[in-house]
Amino acid sequence: MKITLFIPCFIDACFPKAGVSAVEILERLGHTIDYPKELTCCGQPAFNSGYWEESRTTAIKVLERLKATEVVVIVSGSCGAMIKNFYPELFAGTEHEEAARTLSAKVYEFSDFLVTKLGVTDLGAQFPHKVTFHDGCHGLRELGIKQQPRKLLSHVRGLELVEMGEVESCCGFGGTFSAKFPMISTAMGENKCGSALETGAEYIVSNDSSCLMHIQGLLDREGKPLRTIHLAEVLNHR
Amino acid sequence: MTPAASQFKKNAIALTADLRHRALIRTALKKYEVVRDDKVSRFQNWQSARQSAAEIKWDAVNHLDAHLIEFARNLEARGTQVHWASNAAQAREIIIGIIQERKAHSIIKSKVMTGEEIHLNEALEKAGFDVVESDLGEYIVQLRHEPPYHFVFPAMHLTRGEISDLFSKELGTASTDSPEELTMIARRVLRDKYIAADIGISGANFGIAETGMISITENEGNARLTCALPKVHIALMGIEKVLPKLEDLALFLPMLATAGAGQVMTGYNTLYGGPRQPGEADGPEAFHVVLLDNNRTQLLADPEQRDALHCIRCGACLNVCPIYKNIGGHAYGATYQGPIGAVITPHLRGLQQWKHLSFASSLCGACTQTCPVKINLHHHLLQSRRNAIAQKPVWWEKPLFQGLAFLFNHAGLFSLGMKLGRIGQVFYPLVKGTRLDPASAWTKSRELPKIAPQTFREWWQTRK
Repeated sequence: MKITLFIPCFIDACFPKAGVSAVEILERLGHTIDYPKELTCCGQPAFNSGYWEESRTTAIKVLERLKATEVVVIVSGSCGAMIKNFYPELFAGTEHEEAARTLSAKVYEFSDFLVTKLGVTDLGAQFPHKVTFHDGCHGLRELGIKQQPRKLLSHVRGLELVEMGEVESCCGFGGTFSAKFPMISTAMGENKCGSALETGAEYIVSNDSSCLMHIQGLLDREGKPLRTIHLAEVLNHR
Repeated sequence: MTPAASQFKKNAIALTADLRHRALIRTALKKYEVVRDDKVSRFQNWQSARQSAAEIKWDAVNHLDAHLIEFARNLEARGTQVHWASNAAQAREIIIGIIQERKAHSIIKSKVMTGEEIHLNEALEKAGFDVVESDLGEYIVQLRHEPPYHFVFPAMHLTRGEISDLFSKELGTASTDSPEELTMIARRVLRDKYIAADIGISGANFGIAETGMISITENEGNARLTCALPKVHIALMGIEKVLPKLEDLALFLPMLATAGAGQVMTGYNTLYGGPRQPGEADGPEAFHVVLLDNNRTQLLADPEQRDALHCIRCGACLNVCPIYKNIGGHAYGATYQGPIGAVITPHLRGLQQWKHLSFASSLCGACTQTCPVKINLHHHLLQSRRNAIAQKPVWWEKPLFQGLAFLFNHAGLFSLGMKLGRIGQVFYPLVKGTRLDPASAWTKSRELPKIAPQTFREWWQTRK
């Protein structure tokens, strides 16, 4: 299958290993990767901040470039939800509405794509560590992704998954929210880090690097030994 | 920034720094989630119950004009006087008018959130009347001269010790650690008030159009006394509380109990259908229902967010909201706290004054997931953000997002930006934490991520 991989801006810049791992995993499974390097961002920061017009400027380019694709995989639940759920809302009543709906139907978040579309759960990975899994809210509630990453992790050799308390609680990132209301965002993140630390895990795994960026930022400031890692990196660890 | 917005920020800073407060609310709401899950599991199918409730409410709200007329007609048929109030001032005037006409003096109230909305207590006190809240939580916050902390659990921010101290100070009672004793103290004080009261004021959880009755749900029996003992009963009700049929309560009463407090059914559910009828031995001589619009019709006119009028004020969205759990109810400065408050307050009290509440959300969607009547709460926050910005963009944000859109649409420029950023981050420690720190909102409590030595697109280039 020819898979078009959408790499969100912050993964491209700060967390490339998540993208690289996704490419290597999908190629090992025998698929061809198409990386549209003219695309950078899905337009979510502007969208979430109320600037829908500016968001559309970015999103139109995504719509056009991804028009002729077979299937689109995104290594982030949040950007996945933006394209899958929010593009149809963003373009409602415009000439691009139809294109947004067509694209929505062929967009998958990475773990969902592996489990639901490809039917793969064992990637032959090995990761001999105790981990806990953080559900990014957009992946969890917009896309309904809960079991897929856990199924994938259950087949990783040596990995022990310990669920944290209040596992479905938001980490407090929320995009521009984290800068507009840093005190609330930080308080939420502190609760999340506390729940994760209580498990005694070495790693917090998630299918969303944006949550991990927030959590890691807090852990680093506190000098906590707990590390964050993207699901794709764990699944690519051999 | 509007006064409401800057007050909210100030409150949020103070309250998130109060770890005791955060722990108190988090613990209380964890207990709620456990009992709620237990009661949800007793529904044959909670999800289909939510769907049915949303559909009944959809019909109720989308045909509100017809249902309201039917409701009023049926109320009047049994001698209830129905009043229509367009706004808060009118509602206050109507209520004060009724009280003055009866030459009444003392008033007992059961929980009325619409009363909080129109600042009824202040108006009544200003007009020279005695007002006492009879709901235990409301009574406690009234003694503390503060607004309800949560529109279902008004005093959930207080510990037993604090309540005991309050009673000792205000009522002169001995201190106690027993919730039963605290309840009995309040009950003893309040019993006399019911008997002395000329007027009872209540809210309404539902209004039944088919039969012309209001339905009140409570756990303490205080509303029954408030509505039955005084000679006059006044119910203040938002117009969106109408349900078409009596049988709708078969779904809504257990749903409200489950979502609101994790109960199978609330202690007392009572229907009030009119004043004392000829031949009846008890009940009030007069029954007035005041129907309050107060900008609800403006929300009704917004097809995108109209479903916010489905709200049954169960408070479930507050209970699961990570924002609420960290700042608590008083931080909002609004009658209706939490996600539903953030959605409806801009409609009820002005978008530009209250838009900050729609931005004060990580959009996690826990509210939408839990809402028993399926209000698309967090999407409405996004729509309010869009509406607020379309009306009045922030002067520096608009060019920023325009610039970002340009950058994102030119991948070469984006790559260059990353390269420059990599150089910039070498020197960043020089300004980090100072007044020149461009990322201070983030770095005050968190470390910034670093641009990787090789970005994904650089890696992609090398492998070709």
